[in-house]
This record gives sequence, structure tokens and C-alpha cells, in this order.
Amino acid sequence: MAKDKDKIIDKVTGDDYKYGFYTDIETETIPPGLNEDIIRLISKKKNEPEFLLEFRLKAYRHFLKLQEPKWAHLKYPPVNLQDIIYYAAPKKQKEFDSLDEVDPELLDTFNKLGISLEEQKQLSGVAVDAIVDSVSVKTTFQDTLSKHGIIFCSFSEAVQNHPDLIKKYMAKVVPYTDNYYAALNSAVFTDGSFCYIPKGVRCPIELSTYFRINAAKTGQFERTLIIADEGSYVSYLEGCTAPQRDENQLHAAIVEIIVMNDAEVKYSTVQNWYPGNKKGKGGIYNFVTKRALCKGKNSKVSWTQVETGSAVTWKYPACVLKGDNSVGEFYSVAVTNNYQQADTGTKMIHIGKNTKSTIISKGISAGKSNNSYRGLVKVAKKAENSRNYSQCDSLLLGDKCGAHTFPHINTNNKSSIVEHEATTSKISEEQLFYCNQRGISTESAIGLIVNGYAKEVLNKLPMEFAVEAQKLLQITLEGSVG
Amino acid sequence: MTNSKDEIKNIPLKEKLILTFEENSEKLLGKKTSHISKIKQKAFENFKKIGFPDPKSQAWKNTDLSEVLSKDYEQLFNFSTEGTNVEELFQCDIHNFDTHIVSLLNGWYVNPSEQITKMPDGTIVGSLAKATEEYPELIEKYFGKAQNKNNNFTELNTAFSQDGIFIFVPDGVEVLKPIQMVSIINHEKNLLVNHRNLIILGKNSKLTFVQCDDAINHQTSFTNTVTEFFLEENSNLDHYKLQNLNNNSSLLNSTYFKQEKDSNLSTNSIILNGGIIRNNYHVNLDGEGCNSEIYGVYLMDRKQHVDNQVYVDHAKPNCTSSQLFKGILDEQASGVFNGHVLVRRDAQKTSAFQTNRNILLTNEASIDTQPFLEIYADDVKCSHGATVGQLDEEAMFYLRSRGIGEKNARMLLMYAYAAEIIEKISIEALQLRIDDMVKKRLRGELSVCDKCVLHCSKPDKEISFDIDMSKV
Repeated sequence: MAKDKDKIIDKVTGDDYKYGFYTDIETETIPPGLNEDIIRLISKKKNEPEFLLEFRLKAYRHFLKLQEPKWAHLKYPPVNLQDIIYYAAPKKQKEFDSLDEVDPELLDTFNKLGISLEEQKQLSGVAVDAIVDSVSVKTTFQDTLSKHGIIFCSFSEAVQNHPDLIKKYMAKVVPYTDNYYAALNSAVFTDGSFCYIPKGVRCPIELSTYFRINAAKTGQFERTLIIADEGSYVSYLEGCTAPQRDENQLHAAIVEIIVMNDAEVKYSTVQNWYPGNKKGKGGIYNFVTKRALCKGKNSKVSWTQVETGSAVTWKYPACVLKGDNSVGEFYSVAVTNNYQQADTGTKMIHIGKNTKSTIISKGISAGKSNNSYRGLVKVAKKAENSRNYSQCDSLLLGDKCGAHTFPHINTNNKSSIVEHEATTSKISEEQLFYCNQRGISTESAIGLIVNGYAKEVLNKLPMEFAVEAQKLLQITLEGSVG
Repeated sequence: MTNSKDEIKNIPLKEKLILTFEENSEKLLGKKTSHISKIKQKAFENFKKIGFPDPKSQAWKNTDLSEVLSKDYEQLFNFSTEGTNVEELFQCDIHNFDTHIVSLLNGWYVNPSEQITKMPDGTIVGSLAKATEEYPELIEKYFGKAQNKNNNFTELNTAFSQDGIFIFVPDGVEVLKPIQMVSIINHEKNLLVNHRNLIILGKNSKLTFVQCDDAINHQTSFTNTVTEFFLEENSNLDHYKLQNLNNNSSLLNSTYFKQEKDSNLSTNSIILNGGIIRNNYHVNLDGEGCNSEIYGVYLMDRKQHVDNQVYVDHAKPNCTSSQLFKGILDEQASGVFNGHVLVRRDAQKTSAFQTNRNILLTNEASIDTQPFLEIYADDVKCSHGATVGQLDEEAMFYLRSRGIGEKNARMLLMYAYAAEIIEKISIEALQLRIDDMVKKRLRGELSVCDKCVLHCSKPDKEISFDIDMSKV
């Protein structure tokens, strides 16, 4: 019985990566290397205003002073930043006005990924900003959105068309001094998405960015900036894939969210970068800094993430709850398999009065992988009556994987309540027996249990994404979860 | 980065310690050829290399030692009772609590009659320095075998320690009378004390050990103590730690437990006062079927700081461990709890539980809690929980609606909160005594007594709440 189960777990955890193809598109790249000239070149290519170049150079000079962080529960060979190509873009002649003008190869790529730009437009009403390698190739639905006064475009476009907004808000939540990868990103970022929701507007459709690393030897360094003005609401989705390669590629992104009075932002991620092969070769290094600032009163931010990809993940979406009565939420499912390593979690910084935060984290480790939750809940002296509830569970599939929990709680006033709970266990024999007894095969039972375990988080995803996330769990863990 | 590291290296205390060690190496190392001497020499070399910990490091960022380390300390390399009336100092007596008392004064073993006692049942109790001479084979077998490598303060202790308590319980012996160790600091100048204890429990043996740390004057002191416990197969240790020091005292108490097959450990810490207290618990479950219970309660106020670091290493299958630490922090007190459970790859069927609960009474008090789990085996049951909160409003209302004054109601709730740990004390007399001390502490009546807390043979008045608790 036990052997049987092991075999099935092996089988369900042994499926292949389905997005590992490479699209042959004409790509424009610059020579590899990291220095001030490269930064100037990127800035020039993107026709950036002076202030942005200065910002990049300042960040780069600061970056040189920093050392790679070593505190995470991760082991990987050092990344040689000089070998990376910092700018790679599908060649394009002009701005696209309609999808017909987009390179058919590219459209095909997105169709293969199940993100048909065309179809999405007709069926689900999701506005997509598709980013391949370093640049944004297409943003859909811009016209509809602009009727509401919503700005949703690539970061480069925003730099050209709304430099005042960029200047006002960029790097205000994640300054370039924040950490090693944030400094690197600030120096060499190439594109990303920009979104501004004006006062009182409830964004009628879901906004989505799709990231794809395609070219070899490149790194992807994008920046996303979302500003939700007073009383507005937006639901934002993010997805990522990459081709299968033996080398490790670096992805170091920054996401900044600013939420004003009474506004709400819901940010969902389905991360499925190439995780490397079964022997742990290749895969993406995913070192991301994500932070939301609840600047106004009664503001709300909700992070939902499904992490299934990447060889190494280093990611802690954070909420700075500065406005009184603001709310931060974090829901996460992180699945690691084979030799994947994930060190992920969240930070909840309570500064305003009556602020509330909820953390639900579910880790699933299989194969020889290591999955860590690392979190910080900090309650400042002035954050009276604030409340936090954290729950982090780990599920172990197989006896060679690891599941770790590293929560930090720091409380500095007497009226706040902070609670943390965590459990680690495997799928119990009793649960399996119960299912078997009712005629459910062991394989389906494992699927059922894993799915039920992650349900709490998957339920928080917008419908369009929930389907994709469930599919992903299937791919990562087996053929019949669902 | 480099700047801060340079600063650490340049802490004069470290340089001073290195010089002192070299000057006094003869006294400290003893016979050059002996086993212990080699261990000490090695520890010294290592301390020279690693120095004091980086204040920014994960383990130390919440406990600031910069002030403690910036002071000038004297060290006593020879035992003297000068200026102290030993007889008067160690008149420990707890009602109905019959113990065998061993005492340390400023880190030196004090017993006017004999340095080491061998009881009829074979149990050896006495000074570690003396034991090194008389029982070298025991010392060689165990000394330094449980301690952590590369722990800055443990290395410092290994290099500088000269004396401490030594206890050996032979196979199959149950020591009926609890052994109580009283460590007192009494010196006119700032004092740095490094003392070291070694406690060995043979197979199928049983011991109750009470460890008290007290300071009797208000001088600044910095105590860095290391205790190694060896629990051989099927042995049973009941360990209590009482800490009641003045606000100028800093205490670094590292206890290392090495548990063999089927051994049982229960350790209970009652922390009532102290400037900076840091307790390191390192429990190594190195045999199948071990059980460890690690409990602690801390009641701090003023600017006191308490830091409990618990590391439980599940190296073998079928072991259980449970941790429960509860604290109340008042005024500007700060607390740290860092629990770390490591379950190694083959330690299947492990059960490990970890809980830390805190109550903050003021806005100036703060707590950092880090309950970590690091798990590499799949057939385990592990959980941890941490809470920070206040006294239950509803419970408060319930009590007040029954005519109990606010102050009393608060006291009652706090007492009930702490009682969960006190109830786990298995020696009745000690439980009553500590119960009494906690009540006193909660009423603010127990600051540091002029004498060791356990000296108060007859409490001036019976401490009870204004209401009869049995009727509540």
C-alpha cells in the first residue's frame, strides 16, 4: 500500500513542463554585460527623459555597494550578472493599432500558452498587456479603458505619455535602496505595465499582464506600477512562462502598488516560469520585490499568488498599511517539485490605526524540493487596535523534500492582536483510506486532497485565473487533480 | 557592511579578554597536556577569530548587547570570599523543600567543608574544577561534547570558565532529594563571570535539578554561563531554572541537552527579573523515543529584556518535543522568543509542538516572536503557534460584573495566564513557592530581594488576592 502510494506520488509529481517551447521571432538584443554604458544604451533605446536615466545611474551606483542577500533558505550557484543580456525585444516596425498587425508567430505563441489575445478580447473581457522579453508587445482594450479615464499601458509608453505620473509615483514604495535585486532592477529595468485608476472609477474589466521570457541568455527586469486613486477598484492579473533551457535565467522584477483613500486593489499572480528539468538543471531564478502601500484611509490590498514555476523563488509581496482602517491580505499556494526551491511569504507592516491583515499560505513540496514560508508581521506603536491572523500550512509529498516555516512577529503596542498558526503534515493514511473505501482510486484521492488543501486560496482568484491555476496545479503535480 | 564588522572587531572588551587570557593562561588552562586544556585552547583560538556576534545577525538583532559589551569588567581568576559572609549568604531554606544545595559565588564553588561529595549511592556532586582532578575519565568523556560549535559566547565560556557545578548520577540511581544550585553574584566592581556546569545522568537514572541565578547587590554584572546535560538511555531529568536578578545584571544562560534513547527531559524556566536575560536552549534528540518538554514563563517590567532561544534538533525517529513559552510584558519591557524545530531527513514519526503566547500591557512594551519549523521528513506532526494580545476583555467583564475590582480582576487573569506553566512544576513545595513568587511579582512586591529570593524562608505575609479564589 505504502509502496503503491509512493509510486503514484512519483507519477503525479513527475509531469513535464508544457510551456517550454521556444518561438523563433526576430529579436533585437544588445551585447551582454552590466555597466553604465549598457544602462545609458537601454535608456537611449527607450528614448527616456533625463530624470529616468539619472534614477537608473543612481540605482546602479548604489547597487555596486550591495551584496547578494544570503539569508534565504536557498542554495544556488551565483549568478554572473555580466553574462546577462539586459535588453532583448521582438523586432517591430511600428506601434500596433490592431491585432492583425501583430507578428503572427507572436500571436501563435500566446495562443499556445492559452492566452489568446484575440479570444480574450472577445470572450472574457480581460485587458491584456503582453510582455515578451524586455518589452511590451501589445496591450488590448486600451480604447475601452480610456473611456473611463483608466490608463493601462506598458511602462515605456507611460514614460513617454505620462512622465509626471511616473516621476511622482515611481520608486516611492520600493526605493532603489531597498535591496540588492530592487537596486539591480531600478538600474536596468526595460519595461512593465503601468496602470492608473482615476478617482471613483471601478475598473469594469480585469487587467492582466502576461510575461514571457523568450530569447536565450536574457534576464527579464520589469516594473509594474499600479495607482488606485480615491474610491477606485481594480483587479489585476499577472502570469508568466518561459522556454525550457539548460541555463538559468534571471527574472528580477518590481511591483509597486499605491492605494489611496477607500480604494481597493486585488493583485493575482500565477507564476509558472520554467522550473528546470527533473535533475534540477536550468530554470528561472525568480527574485521579485512586490510591495503595496495602503496610503489612504480604508484602503485595501489583496495579494493572491499561485507559485508553481521557477527553479528558485525569492518573493515576499508586502503590504504597508499606513492609512487608518486599511486592510492587507495575502493568499498563497506554493508548489515545489523535483529540485525547485521556494522561499516565499509576505510582510505586513501595520502603521495606521485599526489596520487588519490576513495571511493564508499553503505550501506543497514534492520530489527533492524545498519550500519555505518566511513572513513578517510588524505592528508599530501607533497602530492601535490592529489585528493580524496568519495561517501557514505545509504538505509534504515524499520523504526527500523539505517544508519550512520562518515567521517573524514584532508587536509594539498593547491593543493589537496578532495570531500565527502553522502545521506541517503529509497526506494521512486515514484520509486516503476513507477515499479508497468509497471507491476513489489512490491517485484521484491524492488529487482531491491536494486540491481541497489549496482550495482556500484558489477560491480567492478571479474566475478567469482560477481555471488556469487549477490547470497549473495539475501540470505540476499530476494528470488528474481537479 | 564592512564598517559594522570592523566596529565589532574593535570592541575593546574583546581585545581586553584576549590579553587577559594570554596573561592568565596558566591559571585558565591548567596542565598543558590535559584534554580539557586542549579544548580550552581551541575555544580561545576560535573566540579570537569570531569574537562577539554581529549585532545585525538574525540571532542577535533583537537583543542589543552593545551597552553590555561596552562596559569594563573585572574577572576573578582566584576564588575568594572576601567581604562576603558565606554562611549568611547561602542560608537557603524553602518550606518543606528538602534539597541538596550546591552554591556558586561569583562563579566559584563554595563549600567550606569539601569540594566534592560522593554520596552512598554513588552520585557525585561538587566543583567542576575539583572533579577535573579527581574524575578525569568522566570529564574527558563528556566535557564539551554537547555544546554548539562556533557559538561566540559558548566559546568564550569554554576558554575562560574555571569552575562550576559537576553532577554525576550513576546508572540506575534515582536521586530522591532534588539538587539545587544557587549562583550568586556579589562583588564591589563590575564583574564578568564565566562559569560552567556539567551534569551527567547515567542509564535509567533520575534527577531533579533546580538552577537559581541571583544577584544580591545592585552592581553591574555580566554572567555567561554554559551548562551541558547528558541524558543517557532511559534517564529522566526534571530541570528548573529560576532567574531573579537586578536590573544591572546581564545573564546569558546556555543550556545544552543531549538526549539518548528513551530519555525524558522536562525543563521549566521562571524568569522574574533581570536587566538583560538571554536563555539559549539547545536540545539534541539523539536517540529514538526521546521526549522533551520545554516550558517557560517570563514576567518583565521596567526596561528589562528577556530573550529565549530554543533550538530542538530531532535527529532520530519517534521523538516528541513540546515547547510552551508564555510572557507578560509591562512598562518598557521587551521580549524575544525564537523557537526553532529542526526535523532531520530520517526522523520520521516525529511530533513537535511549539507555542509562544504574549501579553503586552503597555504601548511601550514590545515583543518579537519567531517560531520556526524546518522539516525534512514527511511522516511528522508539527505545529506551531504564536499570539500577541491582551487580557481577554470578556473575561475581564465577567469578573467585574461579579463585583471584583479592576485591579484584582487583572491580577487574577494574569495569574491564571501564568499558572499554566507553574502547574507543570512537579515538586509540590517548589510549585507553591514559585506560585507565591509569581503572585508577589504580579503585585509588584517582588523586586530583587536583598537576599536570594529563595532565602525568604518565611514570607512576611502570605500572599493572596483580596478575594477568596476558591469562591470565584
